Amino acid sequence: MRHVISVLVENHFGVLASVSGLFSARGFNIDSLAVGETEDPSVSRMTIVARGDDRVLDQVVKQLNRLVDVIKVFDLPEQDRITRELVIAKLKVPASLRSEVIQVVNTFRAKIVDVNARLVTVEITGTEGKVDAMLELLEPYGLVEVVRTGLLAISRNSDIEKTSNSKLKKAPKAKSKTSKKKVVKKKTAKKTVKKKSKAKKKVAKAKK
Amino acid sequence: MKMTGAQILVECIKKEGVDVIFGYPGGAILPVFDALYDADIKLVLVRHEQGASHMADAVGRTTGKPGVVMATSGPGATNLVTGIATAFMDSAPMVAITGQVRSYLIGNDAFQEADVIGITRPITKHNYLIKDVKDIARITKEAFYIAKTGRPGPVLIDFPIDISQHVAEFEYPKKVSIRGYNPPKAANPQNVDAAIEIIQKSKKPVLYVGHGAIISNAAKELYNFAKKSNIPVTTTLLGLGAYPEDDTLSLKMLGMHGTYYANHAVQESDCLIAVGARFDDRVTGKVSEFATKAKKIHLDIDPSSVSKNVEVDCYVIGDAKQILSEMTKKIKKLKINPWHKQLNEWKTKHPLKYTQGEKEQLKSQYVIEEITKRCDRGTVVTTEVGQHQMWTAQFWNYTKPRTNVTSGGLGTMGFGFPAAIGAAFAKPGKDVWCIAGDGSIQMNIQELATAVDHELPVKIAILDNNYLGMVRQWQEIFYDKRYSYSYIPGPDYVKLAESYGALGLRATKKHEVPEIIKQAQEYKGPVILHFKVQQEDNVYPMVPAGKSNSEMIEGMA
Repeated sequence: MRHVISVLVENHFGVLASVSGLFSARGFNIDSLAVGETEDPSVSRMTIVARGDDRVLDQVVKQLNRLVDVIKVFDLPEQDRITRELVIAKLKVPASLRSEVIQVVNTFRAKIVDVNARLVTVEITGTEGKVDAMLELLEPYGLVEVVRTGLLAISRNSDIEKTSNSKLKKAPKAKSKTSKKKVVKKKTAKKTVKKKSKAKKKVAKAKK
Repeated sequence: MKMTGAQILVECIKKEGVDVIFGYPGGAILPVFDALYDADIKLVLVRHEQGASHMADAVGRTTGKPGVVMATSGPGATNLVTGIATAFMDSAPMVAITGQVRSYLIGNDAFQEADVIGITRPITKHNYLIKDVKDIARITKEAFYIAKTGRPGPVLIDFPIDISQHVAEFEYPKKVSIRGYNPPKAANPQNVDAAIEIIQKSKKPVLYVGHGAIISNAAKELYNFAKKSNIPVTTTLLGLGAYPEDDTLSLKMLGMHGTYYANHAVQESDCLIAVGARFDDRVTGKVSEFATKAKKIHLDIDPSSVSKNVEVDCYVIGDAKQILSEMTKKIKKLKINPWHKQLNEWKTKHPLKYTQGEKEQLKSQYVIEEITKRCDRGTVVTTEVGQHQMWTAQFWNYTKPRTNVTSGGLGTMGFGFPAAIGAAFAKPGKDVWCIAGDGSIQMNIQELATAVDHELPVKIAILDNNYLGMVRQWQEIFYDKRYSYSYIPGPDYVKLAESYGALGLRATKKHEVPEIIKQAQEYKGPVILHFKVQQEDNVYPMVPAGKSNSEMIEGMA
């Protein structure tokens, strides 16, 4: 099963390495991983999409909790998460087909962000389903390059109620102001690390 | 008061109550060594950094307080890796301090630079790179706190030389607050009740006790619980000493080379209570057939150990000492006489066994029994890794916690001898025994110079069969006696001891064994006792790898 795990971590150097190192050392697969600062600059949020049965995921969550730099871990259930992905896709479209492309873009409420004599660059935001569907439609027009942020997710409710980990990690009393606030939606992903991502394979296909 | 970074570090270590550091100098750590020169704290100069790491590890295991090891950057730090990994696998508290190149040179492939933070990330509980002289006190305080609390483990501090030369005001923080690290406190009483309910109903219960019981200093609570409930106790390799083996409820060790009766008890049991143990593959054998009839209860401080290898029916997260004392209050004596009768029958019919004829070549088992007979209860015994380790686990009379120091998880050859040196510093004035094989002992033999330097009462019994015995045993049983590179001739150990300035003794016949043990005990400093033992002897009983614990091979003897 596919799980979306949201992890609050200390915003230090090396934390990304410990988290990704944990996944590789324990043989857990990551579909995508997106990291960015939260409303509290001392805290980063990682949104990790991983696969595995419940027992594997239980281990993932527990192992993440063991890391000292991990502040909190949430396994966001499907009915309770809002997810988005941002994709930038470059297409090599002959002039004769450009209007068709513009139609697809409009239908999906995507955006054309750059045009030149040979290329059209499109920005797509949406759930993974929407993004995948649109990329599939665009493929015949000559997809040259695709960049995906990986999934971002936020709980519909307050994070505190959604604590899914067995080890209770209380939010800090002193340093941070964030602890019990609802997470702000404005958050954007700054870095994206992708591992074994299906998306990548698709892109590779598209190139051929 | 203004101090340099190096002085601040030394002050912090002193404030943590550390009286001995194990280390080896080098360029990047020199400012710290300079600060140690006139500090009120002892540094034991080793002969190889790996030795220092095992010494610090043994201090942690025998006292519960983090042992401290110090090395320079690059090769100094990488030489610690095996020792840090060993401590990590066995949850031993340790603080490792490594020098690092100047902070602005990090990443430039400077002389003696290694990415120590990266290298040690998967084998430490946590690690720190100090980037500012003002952080030293906080980081050191946190490092000691993390190392010894919760499920203990090694913490590494990487200390760039320029930071150690910077100057700052020294103030030691009184409290630690790390928002991502909150070790579990009191156990959930509902879970305790649930566990009690299952135990109370059981007819064939067994306590399966691991290192966690020793780490949490729960030996007394364990004893009270077992006695009050009347439940038999088996321990893991690292759990040896948590329960007195001369008690009637003891089933000794379980697992691959555990006793017949312990393994069969677990396999037949209807209620298995794991206390600070992690269902390691050397314990469970074939996982799918491990204790299938038992309801499993797991008491552990680390939630990630629960249902990792074996799904359990009930768990209690917390400190074993507290949980066991709660449980002792609530448990009533179990009426399980038929179970005890069955266990006693197995004990009588399938004891651990060997024979030692008067004229026959020495048997390792005999030597170990002769040594343990002549040691005080509570003597610390360390082992290396291999056949002798398993024989020690089987035949040593473990009665007290923190007396068994062995590398269980990582299985590090070369661990036992330096560990004995560490233990000798932790328990001054007491003999420490190291049972070694002729293969393992040569991996860190250079530390004999350290032991002689400090006139430590470390008694090293080398059970010499000229083979890597465990490898040879596996080759005999599973590889058709093709002894591929397991024959390993060694030096003259008596002369070797003498050349280092230690006492060397040798026994080849049965009657010589007690004699040289006595001589060794009468000698003040380090002694090597060289026992020429039978070359092709096997450790039995044995569960072949991947087989169920019910399928033990008992051997001939």
